[in-house]
Amino acid sequence: MPGSIEYTIWFLASLLELCVVVCALARHSFRRYLCLNLYMLLSLLVSLGRYQVLSHYGLRSSEYKYFYFYSDAVLTIFLYLALITLYLYVFDEMKVEKYLRLTALLLLVGTALFSYGVVQQSSSVQQSSNRMLTSFFFELSQNLYFVGLVLTYVLWGAILKLRETRTQLIQLVLSLGIYFSAFAATFALGNMFPNLQSLGYVLPVFGCLLPLAWAYAFLRLSHDARMAPARLAVVPR
Amino acid sequence: MATLIFFLSAAALLQFFISYCRSLIAASIKQPLSAEVRDVTGIPNTAAGEDFARVIQLLDLCPERPEERGRIRAINAYFRLLNFVSSTLAHIIPALTTWTAMERGQCTYFAAVTLDRRIAFSRDMLAQQIDA
Repeated sequence: MPGSIEYTIWFLASLLELCVVVCALARHSFRRYLCLNLYMLLSLLVSLGRYQVLSHYGLRSSEYKYFYFYSDAVLTIFLYLALITLYLYVFDEMKVEKYLRLTALLLLVGTALFSYGVVQQSSSVQQSSNRMLTSFFFELSQNLYFVGLVLTYVLWGAILKLRETRTQLIQLVLSLGIYFSAFAATFALGNMFPNLQSLGYVLPVFGCLLPLAWAYAFLRLSHDARMAPARLAVVPR
Repeated sequence: MATLIFFLSAAALLQFFISYCRSLIAASIKQPLSAEVRDVTGIPNTAAGEDFARVIQLLDLCPERPEERGRIRAINAYFRLLNFVSSTLAHIIPALTTWTAMERGQCTYFAAVTLDRRIAFSRDMLAQQIDA
C-alpha cells in the first residue's frame, strides 16, 4: 500500500483539482474553458475511483493495474482534447476550426497506431491480450505526453506570432507546457534508467503543478487582463 | 530515442518555465510600489538583483497569503536559475550578463510588490479584528 507521503500528495492533487473547478465557477470561467474544467473534474473522479479500487483490491492486484493504466490513458486523451480547445481559442478569428479538429483527430489516431505498432513489436507471442492492451494504453499515454508537448510548443509559437494578449489564456498554455514537458522528460528518464526509484514521487508532485497553476489563473487573473506576449519569449522578438 | 526525448523535453520545460515566470512578473511590473515599501526595502524606481534576498527576508516577516505561496516559490526558483546562468554561462556569452541582471531586478520588483500586498493584507486583517 502507498505510504503517508504518497497519500498526502494524492490528496493534495485531488484538492487542487477541485479548487480549479470551484475557482472557475466562482469567476464565471467554467463554460469558457469547459474542456479544461471537465478534464479536472474527470481527473478528480478518476482519483476517487482509483482510491476505491486500491482499498478493495490492493496495490499489486491486476484490477488496480488495469484501472490505473486505462484511466490514465483516458485522462491523457482528455487532456489532449483540452489542449486542442486552447488551439481553437487562439485560432478563433481565423475560422480554421474544421481543419484543426481533423488534424487533431488524425494525430490522435496516428499516435494510437504508432503505440500499437511499438507494443506489437516488443510483445511475445504468449503474451495475453489483456496484458498487451495494458501495455498499449501505457505506451499511448507516454507518446501522447510527447505529442502534447510538441503541440503546446507549436501553440506557444503561434501565441507569440499572432501577438495573443489574453493573460489568462497565456498562463493556461504555459502551465500546460510545463506539465507536458515535465511528464515527457520524466517518462524518458524512466526509460533510460528503469531502476530509478525516486521517479515514483516526482510524477505525482508534477501532477499537482497543473491544477495549482490553473487555479491561480482562474482565481487571480480576470478574463479581460492583457499582456504583451513578446516580452515573455526567452529569445527577444 | 529516450535520451533524445529527454533532452528535448528538458529544453522545452526550461523554456516554458522561464516564460511562465516572466508572465507572473509581467503582471506585477506595472504596479507602482507604495512609499512605505520603497522606504523599507530601499528600492527607488528600479530594483536590483542584489536586493532580492533582503526583500524575501522582509516577506518572511509578514503573514503569508496562501494564494501567493506557489508564485513566490516559482520566482525564487527562477532567481536561482538566473544566478546560475550569471555565474556560469554569462562568462562565455557576455550578452547574458545584462539580461540576467535585468531579470534578477524584475524578480526583486515582483517580491517588493508582493511585500506591498502582504502589508496591505495584514493591515486589513488588523482593522477587521479591531472592528470585531
